[in-house]
Amino acid sequence: MPKLTVDGIEVEVPQGATVLQACEAAGKEIPRFCFHERLAIAGNCRMCLVEVKPGPPKPQASCALPASDNQEVRTDSLMVKKAREGVMEFLLINHPLDCPICDQGGECDLQDQAMAYGRGFSRFDENKRAVTDKYMGPIIKTSMNRCIQCTRCVRFSEQVAGVEEIGAIGRGENMQITTYLEKTLTSELSGNVADLCPVGALLQKPYSFEARPWELKKTPSIDVHDAVGSNVRLDSRGRQVMRVLPRINEDVNEEWLSDKSRHAIDGMVRRRLDRVFVRKSGKLQPASWEEAFAEIAKHADGTMAAIAGDLVDCETMYAAKTLLKSFGSELLEGRQTGMDYDCSSLAAVNFNTTIAGIEDADAILLVGTNVRLEAPLVNTRIRKAVRRGAKVFAIGPEADLTYKVEWLGNDLGLLGKLPQAAADAFGAAERPAVIVGGGALKAGALGAALALVGPLNLVRDDWNGFNVLHMAASRMGGLMLGYAQKGGIADILAASPKLTFFLGADEVDFSKFDNSFKVYVGHHGDKGAHHADVILPAASYVEKSGTFVNLEGRVQVAQQAVFAPGEAREDWKIFRALSEVLGKPLSFDTLAELRAAMIGEVPALGLDGAIAPFEWTLPKLPAKASGPVGYPISDFYLTNAICRASPTMQRCSAEIVHGQEFAEAAE
Amino acid sequence: MLADKDRIFTNLYGYQSWHIDAAMKRGDWDDTKALMARGQDAIIDEVKASGLRGRGGAGFPTGMKWSFMPKEPKPGKPNFLVINADESEPGSCKDREIIRHDPHRLVEGALIAGFAMRARAAYIYIRGEYIREAEVLFAAVREAYDKGFLGKNACGSGYDFDVFVHRGAGAYICGEETAMLESLEGHKGQPRLKPPFPAGAGLYGCPTTVNNVESIAVVPTILRRGASWFASIGRPKNEGTKLFQISGHVNKPCVVEEAMSIPFRELIEKHCGGIRGGWDNLLAVIPGGSSVPLVPAHEIIDCPMDFDALKELKSGLGTAAVIVMDKSTDVVRAISRLSYFYKHESCGQCTPCREGTGWMWRVMERLRTGEAEIEEIDTLHEVTKQVEGHTICALGDAAAWPIQGLIRHFRPELERRIVERRGESSFAQAAE
Repeated sequence: MPKLTVDGIEVEVPQGATVLQACEAAGKEIPRFCFHERLAIAGNCRMCLVEVKPGPPKPQASCALPASDNQEVRTDSLMVKKAREGVMEFLLINHPLDCPICDQGGECDLQDQAMAYGRGFSRFDENKRAVTDKYMGPIIKTSMNRCIQCTRCVRFSEQVAGVEEIGAIGRGENMQITTYLEKTLTSELSGNVADLCPVGALLQKPYSFEARPWELKKTPSIDVHDAVGSNVRLDSRGRQVMRVLPRINEDVNEEWLSDKSRHAIDGMVRRRLDRVFVRKSGKLQPASWEEAFAEIAKHADGTMAAIAGDLVDCETMYAAKTLLKSFGSELLEGRQTGMDYDCSSLAAVNFNTTIAGIEDADAILLVGTNVRLEAPLVNTRIRKAVRRGAKVFAIGPEADLTYKVEWLGNDLGLLGKLPQAAADAFGAAERPAVIVGGGALKAGALGAALALVGPLNLVRDDWNGFNVLHMAASRMGGLMLGYAQKGGIADILAASPKLTFFLGADEVDFSKFDNSFKVYVGHHGDKGAHHADVILPAASYVEKSGTFVNLEGRVQVAQQAVFAPGEAREDWKIFRALSEVLGKPLSFDTLAELRAAMIGEVPALGLDGAIAPFEWTLPKLPAKASGPVGYPISDFYLTNAICRASPTMQRCSAEIVHGQEFAEAAE
Repeated sequence: MLADKDRIFTNLYGYQSWHIDAAMKRGDWDDTKALMARGQDAIIDEVKASGLRGRGGAGFPTGMKWSFMPKEPKPGKPNFLVINADESEPGSCKDREIIRHDPHRLVEGALIAGFAMRARAAYIYIRGEYIREAEVLFAAVREAYDKGFLGKNACGSGYDFDVFVHRGAGAYICGEETAMLESLEGHKGQPRLKPPFPAGAGLYGCPTTVNNVESIAVVPTILRRGASWFASIGRPKNEGTKLFQISGHVNKPCVVEEAMSIPFRELIEKHCGGIRGGWDNLLAVIPGGSSVPLVPAHEIIDCPMDFDALKELKSGLGTAAVIVMDKSTDVVRAISRLSYFYKHESCGQCTPCREGTGWMWRVMERLRTGEAEIEEIDTLHEVTKQVEGHTICALGDAAAWPIQGLIRHFRPELERRIVERRGESSFAQAAE
């Protein structure tokens, strides 16, 4: 624990801390561009120079200098002031200073720090450098005149995203950041480089020239495009969410966000269900709420069922559940595609290691999961573990997961007889982990995977290495609320419900519900709406406050950012109103009352921000599995109704997944 | 003047063959086993006692540098010796002569130095443009292997040692020691942050010492003739012999081995046939390669050519690449050309150098023609100060110093050009 003084203030910092961190501990702000907590130190912007004694009589880069005992650091001396002014002047001489037309304006590190540490005038009379813009794909827009060569983007793509696709070519003042041969970035995390860019050189292409940061209302929310539950900030103007940004949560998404979570947002204003529809003589016709409710009332009885989609919140599922219960039905299911894995122990279908915890694993077995597509931000954690020396083995079709994986083969029978190399690695491992993906669940491998818990000693005193990786934001919440029949959807069909509610469920095999009256409660005109007999327009996740439980069982509440379009209403209100028409009014009149009732029934849903405590019990399941697995996600960018409505995601899919080439319009 | 018997590089001019048989007749590889048998610490002590200072420019005591290396390398982390033959400094051409004509001094030195610092192998990083020289070096290393002087049980000493020759691709910055390590590892040649220093974590993260060709090549002779012999040449703290490379406006430019601290006048008179047009025609001298500030004639003429004396003149010995300029020289243009060189060779990693070198060159170009304001001289000086000492490596300093030297000694010349240009143009207007 080195002790040092910063501007006369004595501070003690942990071993291995840098002088920059020591200065921050002393409450001193150190300007910086290249330094970023989550990336390797580059030390190239030279903005963080401070005076350090003992040391050479010149300012030192504080981001790269280890703090040590008895250092005297000055951040307020004349030498430091001149050094900062000098570096700032250099950064600005070739910067275009086009802030009025720059999307970064208002939230630009260079702008802020130039105000705080710059001289306020320029002595540079020469011509400024001009740099051609680079093509980086459908997500990243470049304006390379503005680049200050901090190399954050290069380090991110190499170290975090694991795709070595951004680099610097040329040297001296001709150094340019580019993707090699201007190829499209193939990372599903590419949007983060625009966040990292301290200037307006890399920008979000779909958001360009859409809004200014100071006109946006900021709402904390939770992402629903995968089961990670990334913390996001919704920036909205008027009735539209203009962009989605990651919010820092060390336990969940750190400060990253996948491209889908970030850029599917333009699907929010397209293909929306904004009025009620009722099917009349085979055709969906606009109707009023009363008409629709009356139509539903004709079919309501004790056999009614509800199937929850991937994007719905717990409140919606609870409201539907309560309505069904008042009719004596418990036909609830959330696993739309017909999966029927055992849910008697929620811990056995949970990501028990936790997202942050998987970083510490030293041997990992992936069973039928393409983590990179199913949960990109869990993949970055596994990548971190690999960089720390973890060994990763996988059963399934080979795929590029951005780190070294030993592929054991595509046969679930391997679970019963792990190859020697894997068995040895797990034998020596102190924190072994198994991750079972959706593909394996579908192939019925849960029991076989659970059978490994004992032999591999996965569960220890302070370590639970058994994980199931879900892909739907609603999954864990749905399971907690009982949205699971023993035999999956087949059980529901067996009960032949007269009326079925589809809560934003678009992936169901609707042909099997021909004999049921189908009510679609959702926000996008996708497959579910297409098959419905009645469409009740509801709110998407940005238009309501809702509780979501992520794949590790973390309960998180999203806030409402904007209002739903047209006649669309929040889902729970729809069920409340419907219950009145059906003559069995629900007991809650406000969202707060609903939440109280829901928490009364499932107390864990009240643990905002914490992980729900599931008791670790092993269900008795057949331990046999065999045959190949397939990955459920074939197109990362088009996995739900919102993405399918999003032009950006369609473009990403065409360009990145299907390799279609787009000619850039000449400017 | 250095006596012929005290010369280390006896085939500097290539009058004899460089091949191993001729080299062995000149004394190379003579009972190297016995030198190594003295023990690693004894060798380092001997080099320390000789007062040898690094010949690459910075003048850091070589023996002390070696002593920073771990005495017992950890398993999986062997020590490495990297020999810097990326001689790209404008004016410098000494390593080229050594490699061309006396490569076995270097190869033998690599073995002894590598043995002394307990290195597993030596990498010789040779400048990409040195094509013939690289061929000689490859062949010389091959010859040494064939004789059993390198490889397993090198020279019968029981020590295993390999020498690898690696060709650069033509970037000046790869002569910076950490950029050289990056380049050797296959990365873009950009200097690393220090600390950690290479002695702690260098090539592939292993302890590494980077030495200049000349520093390594003189070591076998120092061991054979004794530290006291080497230390008896030159002034205290600036001992030994040195290869001077005199170019520019002298009658006979040459590379010559001389005693350290030889006065400038003597060096030029004895070896270069005097200044072109006589001593009164001398304008200025850049005494140590392009990176050091120039020194005007009256200051340098009787100055001893060594590290400390030139430092007192606010310049430096550098690589002892003496660039002589007589009064026919456009000194502003000369320095401006050097600025262009640094602008071209800046790696672009850190801000002050990337942006500053281009700025400095552009202002220098305008000062050359006089298209500037007098205040800009001060601005330029301030810009050099903003670059100097704020960068990751010393290239920023090297770019700043020549300009600082120019402004320090030739400010009247800079102002004259500005005033004259202005005068002419106003005169021309009046005539209209």
